[in-house]
Amino acid sequence: MTETASAPVHNTTESVEEFAARAKAWLAENMPRIDPDNPPDTDRGAEEPWRRARELQRRLWDGGFAGICFPREYGGLGLPYEYQKAFNEVSRGYELPMILNTPTFTICAATILDTASEEQKRKHIPAALRGDEVLVQLLSEPSGGSDLAGVITRADRRGDKWVINGAKTWSTSAFAADYGLMLARTNWDVPKHEGLTMFLVPLNSPGITMRRIKQVNGSVEFCEEFFDNLELGDDAVVGEVDKGWEVASRQLYHERRAVGGGSEYASGIGAEGKTDRPIDYVALLEKTGQADNPWAQQLAGRALAHRMVREQLIDHVYHGVLDGSLHPASGSIIRIAHAETHQLEFDTALAITGASGVVDGDDDLIRHGERYLSRQTASLGGGTTEIARNVISERILGFPREHAADKGIPFKDVKRGRS
Amino acid sequence: MNQTANPEVMLFASTTQSFLEKEASLSRVRELHEAGTSFEHDWWRRAAELGWTSLLVPEELGGGSVSGDGVSDLALVAELAGKVVAPGPLHPVSTVLAGLVEAPEGQRDTIEAVIVGETVASWAVYEPGRPWAPLQPKVTAVPTGSGFRIDGVKDRVEAGADAGLLLVTARCDGAVRQFLVPTDAPGVTVERQSSIDLVKSYARVRFDGVELDAGAVVGSAEQTPAIIARQSQIAAILQCAEIVGILNTVLDFTIQWGFDRYSFGRPIGSYQALKHKYADLKIWLEACRATTKAAVGAVASRSDKADLLVSVAKSYVGEYAPGVVQSCIQLHGGIGVTWEHDLHLYLRRTTLYRSLFGTPEEHQLRVYALDKELNRSLEHAS
Repeated sequence: MTETASAPVHNTTESVEEFAARAKAWLAENMPRIDPDNPPDTDRGAEEPWRRARELQRRLWDGGFAGICFPREYGGLGLPYEYQKAFNEVSRGYELPMILNTPTFTICAATILDTASEEQKRKHIPAALRGDEVLVQLLSEPSGGSDLAGVITRADRRGDKWVINGAKTWSTSAFAADYGLMLARTNWDVPKHEGLTMFLVPLNSPGITMRRIKQVNGSVEFCEEFFDNLELGDDAVVGEVDKGWEVASRQLYHERRAVGGGSEYASGIGAEGKTDRPIDYVALLEKTGQADNPWAQQLAGRALAHRMVREQLIDHVYHGVLDGSLHPASGSIIRIAHAETHQLEFDTALAITGASGVVDGDDDLIRHGERYLSRQTASLGGGTTEIARNVISERILGFPREHAADKGIPFKDVKRGRS
Repeated sequence: MNQTANPEVMLFASTTQSFLEKEASLSRVRELHEAGTSFEHDWWRRAAELGWTSLLVPEELGGGSVSGDGVSDLALVAELAGKVVAPGPLHPVSTVLAGLVEAPEGQRDTIEAVIVGETVASWAVYEPGRPWAPLQPKVTAVPTGSGFRIDGVKDRVEAGADAGLLLVTARCDGAVRQFLVPTDAPGVTVERQSSIDLVKSYARVRFDGVELDAGAVVGSAEQTPAIIARQSQIAAILQCAEIVGILNTVLDFTIQWGFDRYSFGRPIGSYQALKHKYADLKIWLEACRATTKAAVGAVASRSDKADLLVSVAKSYVGEYAPGVVQSCIQLHGGIGVTWEHDLHLYLRRTTLYRSLFGTPEEHQLRVYALDKELNRSLEHAS
């Protein structure tokens, strides 16, 4: 593979319409179409979809359509969001490397772009855009998730190396990734936010043991990693030593926007795979013999309306933050809308399927019952909705912050359990 | 509605806002209510002079808008009116004008009189005991040698008792048609209906063999369903936009209350249980704003999706807005349920709009049907 840092040349004065037309023609020639009756089953917990995603990403790169909103010096096209949106529209119905969007592009590459060294940017962003690198986040720990700045994975200085010990959890698809952004504690004598450092960790390093987490729905996409004397050099530090919270804050910012569906760094819209496809209520009503039942139609209409309002809200918040009419932290608004909409849709499907959703009648309706069991994942993953509500009320509305018992105290003296 | 960049729109907005604050304040609304008055005709003529009534009318018919997008300018007026729950026939007048400009032949003088605020017009579309079904009127129009004869009853006609002219939906030779009927025509009886709003009044109107000349009909039989759809869209987005203005105002002063009101030695806005409630209210306000903006844009551009997006907005805003105001009342505590506090003025208007021109539930059914239709036509196209 060639290691060029920039994508094939493109015309900078091209209008959105011209760009869309060129993308449309290119897609028709170069990308596989999705068979609507048999879409690819992109299980994030399996190996094959990741191999496939890398291959598809490489095709986008070679065609000059990778990283539409990433700067040109790091291999992107340096174009405004309107171009990405136009690409999203014309690429509907094509198989795209959707699973690379989050976290690789929307969170990790976006954070690297904001906070990493020039050398790190030149190395990792083009590599991700070529499909050569999959990036993940190593943030949450078994001891806690919402209190992110309370991490206890330690990075100790030994000679010219950093030695990492501890554990991370809930890292999405880490088994398939090349690098992870890992937050560790480098100073225990200062308050919690002040002693953290972000590292970019090669995941095939000796000293890392990885384990899959099995979820209620059987998915094994999330991983847990244990670090035993993992050694890293200074070149792995992102941002500055003990300034890791600044990097993590950018990650959280990008994560809230990405989870809500409002990131310009995501390419392509639509489902990742079979299980992620939006519910087709017309088909569901027909299948359950309720096509003419006004009660079921009304429930379905309500869910559809909410689905559309969520899309409108994403657009409204994106432009509002851009033009200053909405607070920069408003990504939390779409983060919650995402969770609430999922919840309403799963509840609606459960209501419409009734008994068919809970006892298998060989009609595939039980998947709606199964899906309901994992309903809360949308309210937990990517930061809980409780934290997002704190963000809205404190940062956007300006209400007093919650009392923190660990404020201003050296982290080594902070209580971390009952004893 | 977010046209703050255009200086002419900003000027129009600030003129409208200061007029509303001075001449349609909440205390004025209370005075009108005390006096049993809905609005004053002279006040409405001055509102018309500000340009409110000309926005939907093309220049060649004597109208004109500030930004070139009259629908969005009108939504802005409605949003500003919501901030003070203004009185006045903005909705019925705009809805009638939206219909007349689609088929203006022979109606130029009428349009002119409505624009200058001399004639107050209203849409007579609801019928007693029946839900929102604008295309299924029971009122009849029978062709006579020289015109038409109208019989039947309409109700919930906004400002009907203060209007000089009604645009009446009726069944005529198996089709739905619309007719302009002066309220002083022989055979027309108007009876005021009170509403839960302090100043918005409605009317039941009987038509007993009302004779109209041939020029009273608006639009052809083929045009009429689309004209009625357009009027319905305008009526719904005006409600949504006004509600957005209401929610914005109510939430603003309820947030301020969260800082100012103390209990147990700290502001009530410092309690997480209330902070999370406030966060939800903020989300719902922005969602109402987003969906209203999308609906206004679709109606302004006459998009194929306008019907769908209007029903999405109307169902969503109708589902959430009254609850948002009720939550603000809860956050205020006991003062929130007093006559003295202004919260009930906002709740009245919001609840009124929730249920008129289609309830959230009726629009949810529409969303399902329109989405199904749209997907079928997309499948057909591909």
